[in-house]
Amino acid sequence: MPGLLERRLIVVTGKGGTGKSTVAIALGLLAARRGLRSIVAEVSDQDRTARVFGQRSDPYSEEEVSPGLWAISIGPDEALKEYLHDKAGRLADVLTASKTFSHFASATPGMREFVSIGKVWELAQLERKRKNTDRYDLVILDAPATGHGMGLLRTPQTFADIARIGPIAGQARNIQANLTDPAFTAVIAVARPEEMPVVETLELKDTLRDELGIGLERIVINGVHADRFSGRDRTALGRAGDNGDDPSPLARAAIASALADGERVRHESALMRRLADAAKQPPVTLPFLAAEALGPDEIGELADALEGQL
Amino acid sequence: MSVAELLEGRRVCICAGPGGVGKTTTSAAIAVGMAASGLRVALVTIDPARRLATALGLESLSNQPRLVPADRFAEHGVEMKGELWAMMLDAKRTFDELIERLAPDAETTKGIFENRIYQELSSAVAGSQEFTAIAKLHEIASEERFDLIVLDTPPSRNALDFLDAPDRLTNFFEGRALKVFLRPTGIGAKVIGRGTGLVFSVLRRVTGVDLLEDLSTFFQALGGLIDGFRERAAQVKTVLRDPGTTFLLVSAPEREPARETAFFAEQLAAAGMPLGGLVVNRVRPGRAEKVDVDALTEELTEPLGARLAEKVAESYREDRTRAAHQRETIAELQKTLGKKTPALLVPELEGDVHDIESLARIQRHLFTTEGQRKRLLSARG
Repeated sequence: MPGLLERRLIVVTGKGGTGKSTVAIALGLLAARRGLRSIVAEVSDQDRTARVFGQRSDPYSEEEVSPGLWAISIGPDEALKEYLHDKAGRLADVLTASKTFSHFASATPGMREFVSIGKVWELAQLERKRKNTDRYDLVILDAPATGHGMGLLRTPQTFADIARIGPIAGQARNIQANLTDPAFTAVIAVARPEEMPVVETLELKDTLRDELGIGLERIVINGVHADRFSGRDRTALGRAGDNGDDPSPLARAAIASALADGERVRHESALMRRLADAAKQPPVTLPFLAAEALGPDEIGELADALEGQL
Repeated sequence: MSVAELLEGRRVCICAGPGGVGKTTTSAAIAVGMAASGLRVALVTIDPARRLATALGLESLSNQPRLVPADRFAEHGVEMKGELWAMMLDAKRTFDELIERLAPDAETTKGIFENRIYQELSSAVAGSQEFTAIAKLHEIASEERFDLIVLDTPPSRNALDFLDAPDRLTNFFEGRALKVFLRPTGIGAKVIGRGTGLVFSVLRRVTGVDLLEDLSTFFQALGGLIDGFRERAAQVKTVLRDPGTTFLLVSAPEREPARETAFFAEQLAAAGMPLGGLVVNRVRPGRAEKVDVDALTEELTEPLGARLAEKVAESYREDRTRAAHQRETIAELQKTLGKKTPALLVPELEGDVHDIESLARIQRHLFTTEGQRKRLLSARG
């Protein structure tokens, strides 16, 4: 099996609020550092790479945001137009100009998801369909949270089943074949060292296996707190708290905060051990960053942390 | 302001916000508190954590709210003067029921259930949760069995996924597309020609005949339900815009969720939906004070020794810096939402927050007075 960054497509999903976008961008940065021409693709209408690398004039176009790293925000409308042009050439204008068609497209269940995952697939092709576009060595999909993310990954299968024959069926099967080929695609989950995200990650692993027949390649635990107090430290802290010499409220608060820190670290380690046992793989861990906003420097720090683990 | 005052006279409370901020727990805590005050409350959750579901007695998906036994709360100091009913939404079944209700006869129902597009739509396709959640909300609201319905929304980056749900199908029904689909001869060779005909001929080229025919059957079958759907969508929109309905935004005091919450608020405003308040979970308690590391180290050196004292002081400085960042993020979010939007801050709770005990604790924070909440939040340790 090729290494994670040697695939053509990495799908990054996980529970909401765990830092999927951050991890996706850090992976992209790591890949770019290793000389891979990489692109991070988002499928929501929010351009998150902009928060790290600054606004782009057209988020819906492919643009280099850092040496070797490109970004694109995939909008369903743009993706649909592109798909139509690909299939019908200039006749596609007839459709895109038609109000009937726009109602048709928005009423057809799953159409938005289908054209979006189709665009991701197109980006990952060795021979790209779009003219004047270069090949990427690696596409990283910053996918929606677990439930919607699974919906997105399931869409090609659904359309292949429904359409049976014809251009959509063919396209859907091609996408499906690549998504379920472990040499082509790897799905990774991002979690935080908390109960809910860990449980959801394990459920995702089962769902991926049951519904798509694929594995969960890696689990990234984001925001792990550093273990700065040893067992001996904790004992000393506990004693100081109980001592009768009446420390100031500030000192008491500091000691209580240190004890709470220690508790948090132990809780996190226990959860990670549970996750590693259940998933039968050690997670990749990323440190908790105290920085208020994640800029290129912080993303760089996370890429450094990934470097030794991937 | 407490949640009780905020929801005074409301019949529907919709909790929305980014993923991972404790939306489901907040919805549940609000429902518990309102039921405790004497109302008959229905809590509609979507995909709650298993532990929370079990705590509320929701062992399986259901399509009707069930009464949660009051004694579950009594042992945690919550006296249930009213009734709490809860359900975990079964999207597929809710959709099936909607079709059954709207279809003119059993044959139409059967035709729709057997259509493969319908089968995929109602279970597999992303986005169907939003539609069913909103359909369920309308159904329960129209039964008028409850004083208050608390709806937890599916995690989504985009509030519009939810707000647009009733419009998507009606737009289609009201457009010309359906009329073409509904011609008895379907959309076969006949429609090749000018105008719409050309549209469909190109459409066939890009989709394939088979898919188009399935879609045609699907929409034809649904055609018999047009009036019902249209009426339903209009009613649902009325529920959403009703003065008895309010949206509560749930967020966390970090930059990303706060940004997403602001984005949600913008979308709500643009859609003319009423924003009732903001709940911020997991706020680090204590004062956002500046820490003099040297002085603190010195003070701690005697009980802890120099090495540990320094670590503790530095760790506390970081802890307070984070608390300060959080307060800034919240203040900024409050500024975006406007002064009139009440904001309720709930401190982060240790350990697991998916049992009745934590629900009761969160509930106490949400239902106490503004002053008391501030005191609880600024208390050290």
